[in-house]
Amino acid sequence: MKLTGAQIIMKALQEEGVDTIFGFPGGAVLDIYDALVKTDLRHVLVRHEQGAVHAADGYARASGKVGVCLVTSGPGATNTVTGIASAYMDSVPLVVFTGQVPTALIGNDAFQEVDIVGITRPCTKHNYLVKDVEELERTIREAFFIARSGRPGPVLIDLPKDLVQAKTSNRPIKEVRLRSYHPTYEPNSKQLPKVVKLLKEAKRPLVFTGGGVILSKASEELRRFVAKIHAPVTSTLMGLGGFPASDPLWLGMIGMHGTYRANMSSGECDLLIAIGVRFDDRVTGRTDAFAPNAKIVHIDIDPTSIRKNIPVTVPIVGDCRITLEKLNALLETEDLGNIKEKRRPWLDQIEEWKSTMPLDYEQSDVIKPQFVVEKLYELTRGEAIITTEVGQNQMWAAQYYHFDRPNCFITSGGLGCMGFGFPAAIGAQIACPDKLVIDIAGDGSIQMNIQEMATAVQYNLPVKVAILNNGYLGMVRQWQELFYDRCYAHTEMSCAPDFVKLAEAYGAVGLRATKPEEVEGIIKEALSVQRPVIMDFQVEKEECVYPMVPAGEPITEMLLV
Amino acid sequence: MGKLDEKKSILSILVDNKPGVLSRIVGLFSGRGFNIESLCVAETTDPLVSRITIVTSGESRVLEQIKKQLNKLINVIKVMDFTDLAFVQGEMALVKVRAKSEHRAEILRTVDIFKARVVDASPEYYIVEIIGDDSKIDAFLSLVKPMGIKEIARTGTIALAREKK
Ligand SMILES: Cc1ncc(C[n+]2csc(CCOP(=O)(O)OP(=O)(O)O)c2C)c(N)n1
Repeated sequence: MKLTGAQIIMKALQEEGVDTIFGFPGGAVLDIYDALVKTDLRHVLVRHEQGAVHAADGYARASGKVGVCLVTSGPGATNTVTGIASAYMDSVPLVVFTGQVPTALIGNDAFQEVDIVGITRPCTKHNYLVKDVEELERTIREAFFIARSGRPGPVLIDLPKDLVQAKTSNRPIKEVRLRSYHPTYEPNSKQLPKVVKLLKEAKRPLVFTGGGVILSKASEELRRFVAKIHAPVTSTLMGLGGFPASDPLWLGMIGMHGTYRANMSSGECDLLIAIGVRFDDRVTGRTDAFAPNAKIVHIDIDPTSIRKNIPVTVPIVGDCRITLEKLNALLETEDLGNIKEKRRPWLDQIEEWKSTMPLDYEQSDVIKPQFVVEKLYELTRGEAIITTEVGQNQMWAAQYYHFDRPNCFITSGGLGCMGFGFPAAIGAQIACPDKLVIDIAGDGSIQMNIQEMATAVQYNLPVKVAILNNGYLGMVRQWQELFYDRCYAHTEMSCAPDFVKLAEAYGAVGLRATKPEEVEGIIKEALSVQRPVIMDFQVEKEECVYPMVPAGEPITEMLLV
Repeated sequence: MGKLDEKKSILSILVDNKPGVLSRIVGLFSGRGFNIESLCVAETTDPLVSRITIVTSGESRVLEQIKKQLNKLINVIKVMDFTDLAFVQGEMALVKVRAKSEHRAEILRTVDIFKARVVDASPEYYIVEIIGDDSKIDAFLSLVKPMGIKEIARTGTIALAREKK
């Protein structure tokens, strides 16, 4: 039987287990849309293509599946770039389909033509322009394989209009094999005993985890590992939830806005076991002063992450979960002595850092943003999926909402992309219809993709948005306060919409708190309705995120108030 | 800073012979601020595979990163670094050199010494083809330069590892 390109796409998507696509139609993809509505694939119509990609990203991270988007050529395609770059930096598996002008017009500056393959080459794991319908199915299967295997990432497929109209007899693809792509999952077995040896020698070990732990589903193995070696644990922003925040060995996040004890521990540790991290500059601060006394073990599936920024004593290329599994098996046969006793001085030291310099703020008669996040944590019993925008809101969410499980904290870590959180929340809510999903937002960021409220309302998605409304681009204002003599150049956002009315205009629920006493009430009210809600918290305008490490300083040199 | 460690490296990269692959490789160098000193590409005996030879230089840490990044590209089949291996390298250049009558004999002598050959002649110019490693080509160029070189086209280095004897 002959199928059109569009029908082949639908068939391949279904065979890949896709059930939901986020998209926005246009001329170049009309045939695909026509085929799409004849299937039982769910399509979510967003209001901006950037929203489609972030939603697919949130969907992928909440579900552990590959997120899929479909957009038209030209402006549709370019609107996806920010979302693709964000997913690339955070290693999120996505397949993005873009329409393209007919093959004969490619390269002619045709209407709505852009070289999206060229544009996205540096920010996709891989991308394709399909020029032959015979290659279409194979390309799609390869794209899914590449997106989800190894270090995951976004893959883009550009589809000329004539190609999706062309017919071909369909030959099913049984297996995807790529001559040049073989991710290393199994760690080199010679390296593991070295880790055990270092562990035995170490007096002050520190486990430092990242998004790789979550992506490789290594949380359980990590917990076993940590219980065995009885070492404290810190993580990057992307790693939050990989290790339970309720565990006594948890130190909180490390880095520019890390906890005092986490940052100090990295300065003092004699062994750092880094798992699924890439030593981002927001984590390391000045690299030559990062973990200066430590031998470093680095486990990562991506060889380019290893020794890129930081010299490593024992490099291990491998999947985090498989590597931890093997390490645990090895440790099973080892006698680590009375490990709890051995660790006591180190853990006592950490406890002292915690008690002298806890994460803290003072609630006055104005609402403190930290207070709002704490209340959200309390009233949701820590069970919500939290997405964030970018800025102070993101850091307060990371500091004051505590994550016991993976895939519950969804944030644009690597790119730091404002406008991410709300569409990501929509994607997460679609992936997890029974869970509570909250976007912790700033008044600046939420305005970048606020139009997606229409999407939330259209699909009855009861996502909650908690705006920590400080009337500023707060994080940038904070830098201006600290490093630019309080010259608040263009960071005041005094002209903002009335968010309550805006919610209502979209058909959602709008709530506002202006005093600390009102915070609890409106959160409860928001949680009680099965509809999208915007909570507008009018918070202290010039609150800062602390601790803070000025860029380029050692991370043990924190500003504390 | 750190320049002490700088060294030259010849990378031989086997890639899928598909459109856009070269651009990925070159984009990787430019996007990360790595330098390319020369670059050669052609199909191998397997029409599905091309060989790209790149001469680059950098600190060993940078070179390690370049190799890892190249390996990470989906269309890259194999990356070989010839720096610490026994290998044969070569380059070809076409040189259009001014051939005034009083210089003609001198040029031909030089061509002969370098086992180059004249592949075109006109009343005023010779085009000389010379093959060898880059230092041989450089030496030839410096000798004919005083006569006047109008144009040069160099291929850039190509290289293959030697087999064990
Ligand atoms: C798309 C984009 N543009 C600019 C920035 C730079 N930036 C980082 S944080 C920030 C302020 C965000 O303000 P707001 O959303 O109000 O959050 P707050 O920091 O006040 O919580 C800005 C402008 C960015 N991260 N992303």
